[in-house]
This record gives sequence, structure tokens and C-alpha cells, in this order.
Amino acid sequence: MEKEKILNLTALELAKAIREQKVTSEEAVTAVFEKIDKNECNVHAYLSFWREEALDLARKCDEMVSESQDISALPPLLGVPVAVKDNLLLCGKKTTCGSKMLEEYIPPFSATCVEKLQKAGAVIIGKTNMDEFGMGASTEHSYFGATRHPMDPQRVPGGSSGGSSAAVAYGAAFASLGTDTGGSIRQPASFSGLVGLRPTYGSVSRHGLVAFASSMDVCGPITRGTADAAALFNIVNGRDPKDQTSISAPKVDISEMENYSVKGKLIGVPKQLQNEGSSGKVLREAMAFFTENGATVEEIDMPVLDFSVAIYYILSSAEASANLSRYDGIRYGYRASDVADVSELYTKTRSEGFGKEVKRRILLGNYVLSSEHFNDCFRQAERARDMVKEAFSDAFSKYDLLLSPVAPGAAPLLGEIDKDPLSSYIADLCTVPASLAGIPAISVPFGKDEETGLPVGIQLMGPAFGEQEILGASRFLEKRSGFYTGKEKGVEA
Amino acid sequence: MTDHETVVGLEVHVELKTRSKIFCSCPTTFGAPPNAHICEVCAGLPGALPRLNKKVLDYAIMTALALNCEVTRESRFDRKNYFYPDLPKGYQISQLYAPIGRNGFLTIDLPLEKIIRIHELHMEDDAGKLIHEGSSNRTKIDFSRCGVPLLEIVTEPDFRSSEEVVAFLTRLRTMLRFIGVSDCKMQEGSLRVDVNLSVRARGDEALGTRTEMKNLSSFRAVSKAIEYESSRQWEIVSNGGTIERETRRWDEEKEQSFSMRKKEDAAEYKYFTEPDIPEILVTEKKIDEIRSILPELPKEKCRRYIEKMHLPPYDAGILSASRETAELFEKTAEICGDPKEASNWIMGDLMKLLNDTGTLPEDMKIRQDSLGKIILMVKSGKISRAAGKEILRASFLEDAVPEEYADEHDLWLISDPKILEDAVARVLKENEKALTEYLSGKTKNFQFLLGQAMRLTRGKADPGALRTALETALSRKKDEA
Repeated sequence: MEKEKILNLTALELAKAIREQKVTSEEAVTAVFEKIDKNECNVHAYLSFWREEALDLARKCDEMVSESQDISALPPLLGVPVAVKDNLLLCGKKTTCGSKMLEEYIPPFSATCVEKLQKAGAVIIGKTNMDEFGMGASTEHSYFGATRHPMDPQRVPGGSSGGSSAAVAYGAAFASLGTDTGGSIRQPASFSGLVGLRPTYGSVSRHGLVAFASSMDVCGPITRGTADAAALFNIVNGRDPKDQTSISAPKVDISEMENYSVKGKLIGVPKQLQNEGSSGKVLREAMAFFTENGATVEEIDMPVLDFSVAIYYILSSAEASANLSRYDGIRYGYRASDVADVSELYTKTRSEGFGKEVKRRILLGNYVLSSEHFNDCFRQAERARDMVKEAFSDAFSKYDLLLSPVAPGAAPLLGEIDKDPLSSYIADLCTVPASLAGIPAISVPFGKDEETGLPVGIQLMGPAFGEQEILGASRFLEKRSGFYTGKEKGVEA
Repeated sequence: MTDHETVVGLEVHVELKTRSKIFCSCPTTFGAPPNAHICEVCAGLPGALPRLNKKVLDYAIMTALALNCEVTRESRFDRKNYFYPDLPKGYQISQLYAPIGRNGFLTIDLPLEKIIRIHELHMEDDAGKLIHEGSSNRTKIDFSRCGVPLLEIVTEPDFRSSEEVVAFLTRLRTMLRFIGVSDCKMQEGSLRVDVNLSVRARGDEALGTRTEMKNLSSFRAVSKAIEYESSRQWEIVSNGGTIERETRRWDEEKEQSFSMRKKEDAAEYKYFTEPDIPEILVTEKKIDEIRSILPELPKEKCRRYIEKMHLPPYDAGILSASRETAELFEKTAEICGDPKEASNWIMGDLMKLLNDTGTLPEDMKIRQDSLGKIILMVKSGKISRAAGKEILRASFLEDAVPEEYADEHDLWLISDPKILEDAVARVLKENEKALTEYLSGKTKNFQFLLGQAMRLTRGKADPGALRTALETALSRKKDEA
């Protein structure tokens, strides 16, 4: 098979081609690294990759295929090159979280989701760039430099899983794992014309996911299409004794997903999440599409969602301020030199080791947890979060799905976000509600920004453990919308 | 009667005796080489998550029940945030908002009964240890203690004297050891006591400003520190001064306390719910289950010893005062079937051994069944009482097994009738004169003949059996004559 043709496959298509010996894993890995050699310097999706090791593993996968008596018994992603966000631990490989603090950190164990991916036969080729500790929505807040949008180098790919989305978008991986706290999978997927699934909180183990906001962090796939997303979700999910908040989630039935129809479904569109920008236009197109296909689409009023951004930033920053306390220069990671005492060791290490955005969140977290502000900020936000959960559970007692934009529009220009941090926080309006409620949400491509020609996605939200429903609707949408992702990638040669 | 009153409340930290730590599977062994028992969880590596040890929860519920607490049905953990080099995560996982137990009490007798109220009981993880090297001005950190499970027991300010505090701590310690949740060894740090103390003029209702005293390594230190702090505060107050809210450190050598930190610099802990551990739901069934395995507590034991086993109250009180003596007593009484005899041996010989060697009951090495066997051996005439004492001593000091020790040291008494008859026959043959005299009425020669027979067995004969053998032989001679 020609290299460009290989690179146009989805992860599942490639896995099938490898099993059927139409292409070898070695060829796929080679094609990916040629793409990396050519374009990585413009995109900067990866923080680290390992070519020879990946090729060795690919050859082993090919041997497994050629020696197999029953190819249907082979692992589902055997030989498929994938990338993993750099806040997911891979034993023995640097895990930096995009931070100077962990520039040289090599973990002694792997994340459960990464291990599951390996067991499914995937060839992990590298770790992808991200906003430092997941804090940001542009991948500009990486100590190791920004990732650029693969279709327009003047623009950001979104974030914080911008490296993971960019790698899949420009052909440097067939699928990737990202993490989503307030939208970090969905928003970059939307900007790059990919599918991004934020699974139900707890359905994927957080063991080995370097914590940002523990009550909202979830690991999920960024893929070329819904089928890949479903396959990766089925691989990484499940109860893990190493994460007591993990829950055994039902696997997605693939044939049920393929046969899903929106006909007769009741779809709600929260009034509070609509906008007048380009994503608002795409949303209206999506509403029309669902109506045409036999669904009933209604606007729904969820007033508490007006407070989502405030609730999210208060709670996530509070949790982050504690989660990041362990980076103190004592046991591992960056340690400042020339210090007089322990107190100076802490302040200097943390002042020098963390970037601006991370320090902003730590300060915010300390502020809302301080005895002066605890009751009016943190406690209040906790109560409001419960109200958000209730609002969603009320909504899902009536609606099968909720539909909204992902972000205000297409990918912004580099540097735009730093000019006004507050408005960048507000841009998270559509993604943070699902994070607060712990419900699954998927970003699926459904249009283009007229001005830039860049992709714009829409978001489908379902009740907790409603992955079957949102993946079904996403697959239905993508089959009929013509925006079949993966065939439409940017950065050509 | 002094003019002021001392008011004390306690915060007692107890290390739980579980095999593994509270949030990971590392062993809790005390005294291991530095950093021998650490993993990604207790050392706070990125990406590691805590997982609650179920045994810790069981022990906490058990303690809550023993302290007459209400068990919280929906309990949670909270993060207590502060920076210190021995605290790897930068926060301690503790319980502030929904502790596992609340509103309990424990009574003390001084000799009048007094109720000490327990404000709350909560679970938390321990921190590591800093080891300061004076010579090189360096500090090393041992993280092995990180994650060792702790229970913190907080009392209400119900104490009015150091005697009350010591009585409470003694009873608490006995009780925790009885239910088996902790060793409570102050020297090893498995029982730590912080004293919150204030003074007020006698008759005043309002509490004075309190100080918190740390670094108390024995009950004696607790007692001394209370006396010292009480007079220090009263001296300030009675001279018109004010007490500062502060944490003070007890210096055991100087027998004085020193200010550690003022309230102003006290850390803000920024507590919030620990998101990594789900809410703990304690069911009625769980509580019943734990209540049913809760061992009999000292007070109940004492009553049973008096009423059912007919021991004098004094003996019952002493035997039930420690888990080890109580267990040994019960096992011994069961084996020998004679509670009074079991009590006599423990109250007499065993207590003497404990005293002579300065051993605490909890450090006693004697096998549970040894004393019972020894008493049986004495009662059945297989060994002498003196030999019994010797074997008890060896069992106590060297963990000797009674039967084996008797074998090795040839302590068995001879009760085989054949051997004894032969010995008697030989004595009668060798002492014809004494025998003749006896047969002609000089009955006191019996003692002489018995002594000769005993000498012949080198003192090993069962005295009763030997006497019988001699009597039988003599009456036969009488009949022959």
C-alpha cells in the first residue's frame, strides 16, 4: 500500500489491514516517522518519541500476525502507531506534563489506560505536547514550546491535549489518548476535525494520570472518526483497584452503534450554551440535520449553566493547588539551587519550576480555599456544582441527548489567548458543564469556520454511562454529514 | 485547695496495628531501614492514587464503638494542606468534616467514676521522619512512616488534673490494646499525646486561652508538663498578664516547655474533601458485624472474673487490667480447670517474675498454654511444686516448653508403682533393724524409711505414691509377721 494511502486510514482500518497482511505494522510506523521527519518541526506535536523501539515492536507485531492461526484472536489494535499525552505515565519514558518541573522525570510505573492500550497491541510511538499540567486551552502553555495547528501554523491547535490532536491530524499517529478536565480532549478535537471523547468520570482509571483536578480528570481518545473512539474507549475503560473512584462501565456495542438512528430521539439544546459565532451557526446546522433525520430538537433552559465557568475555575484550581503541592524539589523533579533554607527551597523551586498559567491557578486555588474565602467561594461552588448535576439529571430524565457547540469558533491565533486570560476561561463555557457533572461528552466535526476554513465540531452530551448513546449519535451524524474525518487532513507535504 | 483550676483536653494519636499502610500495601513495620517501605503512593509520586485499607476502617469503627461514639454513616476524607519535607504529597489525608466517630465517652475511676467525653475520632495518614545530622548540618528524610495509619482521638476539655489525664490515658491504652487495634507504645511513637491546657480562677465559667503542648514521650512527661504549664499560665494570669495562643514543646530533660510557634504563624490548612477517595458508607450491618467481634473490655472481664469465676475483686481487677494477663489467666484457667489456682500462680509467681525483670505484661513472651500445663503437672503429681516454679521461670525467661523442659532437666517425679515398689523393697531389705523396730511398734521409723526410699529415688519419687507404696509394703510385712 502507498504511504499516503496508509496514512489516510483510521486506526481500526489500519489494524484490519495489518491483520489481513495488506500492510505491515513496520510500514505504518515507518510512514508515520517519515511524516514526523517532514512536518514535526512545524507542528511540534511531540515532546518525545522513540523510532527504533517502535520499529522493533512493529516487527514483533508483524511476526505475531504472520504466525497467527486465527487473526480474529489478535489484539484489536495490533501494530497501530498511537500517541499518548505527556501527563499519562509510561514506565521508563520521560513524563514531563509540559513542565520544567518534570523536565527529567522518568516514572517507575505506567498508567492503567496506557498499559491497556499496550495490551491491545498498539505501538506507542511517543508522548505529546500539552499545556503545562493540562492548564490551558491552546498548548501554548508548554515549557517546551507551543504546538501549532497542523492546518494553519499561525494558529493554536487547542488544548490542553493539543499535541495529541495535532499528531493524529497531521498523520503522526493513527489515534491518541488525551485527558480532559474542562474540555481538553473535546476542544482540540473540534479545532482539528477529529473526534474527541470525554468518557463518564470514573469509567477510565486515573491511575497514572498526573492529576490536575482529581474530581474532573478523565482520560479519553482523540481519533479519526467515531468508530475509533468507541474502540479505544472499550480498550481503556473498566474498574481499576488502583483508582477507587473508577467504576466498571458497560462496553459500547459496536454493531448497535453502527445501527443507531436519531429518528424518534428527543434532543435538548441548552439555551445557555448557544452563541452568535461560527460555532453557533454550525450548531444550528446540526439542529436542522437532526430534525431532518426524524429527531425532535428543543431548546432547553438550564440557568445554572451560566455559572459553569466560575464553578469550574474555583473547584479545579482548588484541587490543582493541592495536587501540585508535591512538586516541592525534595524528592524528584526540578530543584532550585543556592537556597538558604527549606522555605526558600520551596519558594524558589516552585517559582522557577512552574509556568505563569500554573502559578495563576495555584494562587486562585489558594485564594478560594483560604479561611477568608472558603465559604463564599469554594463551598458555594461545591453547592452550585451539585445544582449543575441536578440540572443535567433533570434534563436527561426527558432528553436522550444534549447538543451544544464545543468552543466559540475555530482555532484562535497564536498569542491571542494570553492577551486576555479571562476571556479564554469564558471560552470553556460549553465544555465545562459536562466536566462538572461527570457525564460523557463527545466532540464530532460538523462544519467549517467560513472565515478561516478550519473545522468546527459540535458537542453531544449524554447521561452518566451514556457512551453508547452519544457514540451512536456521533456515528450517525458523521456518516451522513459528509465530514468523515481522517480523509481530510491538513499539512500536506 | 488552690485558687485556680486547670482545664485540659487531649488530642491522642494512635498508630493502628494493621499489616499494611492506610492507602497502599507497603508494610507498617517499625524500625526498618530508612526508606525501605515506600512506594509510589506513600512517597507521593505523580499519578499515584490512594486506596483505603479496609482494615483501617474496621479498626476505626471498632475503636469508635469501644469509645461509645456515634459511628458516622457517611464519612469522608479531607485534604489538610501544608508544606513540610516529611510530607510527600504536600497534604495529609485526614478527616475534618465527617470524622468516622463522634460524641463518645470513656469513664475513669479516681476512685469516683468520672466521664470523659470524646469529641471525635478520625482516621489519617502519618508523615515521615526528619533525621537531623548535627555534625554535617544536613537533614535526611525517612519516608517509611508515611502512610502508617493513625487514629486521632480528640477529647472534650473535661480534665481538671494531671491525675485524671494519666488515668484516662492508662484506661484508653488498655482498651486499645484489648481490642487489638494498637500497641500504644509511647517510646516507639505508636501513642502520641498533645495536651491542650488553659487555667481559670476557681468558680469561673469561661475557659481561658489555651496552649497546645507537644513532644510528650511518656505518661510521666504528660503529668509533669501539665503541672508545669498550669503553674506557668497561672503565674502569668495572676500577675495580670495574658496567655498567648501557641504551640509549646516539652523538653523532658529540662522539665520545661518552650514556645514552638504562635497562633499567628499557624498554617492555614485549606481543608477540602479528598476527591481521590469516594465517600465511605458504613452500613448498620457493618456496625453490627464489628460489634459482634469486639472483644470483651476490661470492665466486663473484671465483673465476669468475680461473678462467674469467683475470684476476689482485687485479683480480678489486676488480672483484667492488661490484655496479656487476662488472656493468660483465661487460657490457664481453661486448661487446669481451676480459676483460683490459675489466679494464684499469676498473682504470685508470675507477677514476681514481671517485677523482678522489669517486664511489662505486653512484652511477656510466655506461651499462652504453658502455665496451665505446669499447674496440671503439679496437681497430678507429675512434678513437684518447686519444679513447677522452675519451669514457669524458664517458660517466662526463655520461652521454654514445659514438658520439654521437664524432660531435659529430669524434673519428672517417679510415680510408676513398679519402680517405687522395688525401691521400697530395697530399703526394707537394707534397713532390717529399722523395719523390725517399726513392726514392733516404733511407728516413727516410718518417716525414716520413707526418707531412705526417697533418697534412693534421688528425690524424684512422687511423695504421695511413694508413701502409698511404703504403707502397702509395711502392712504386708505386718501380715507376714
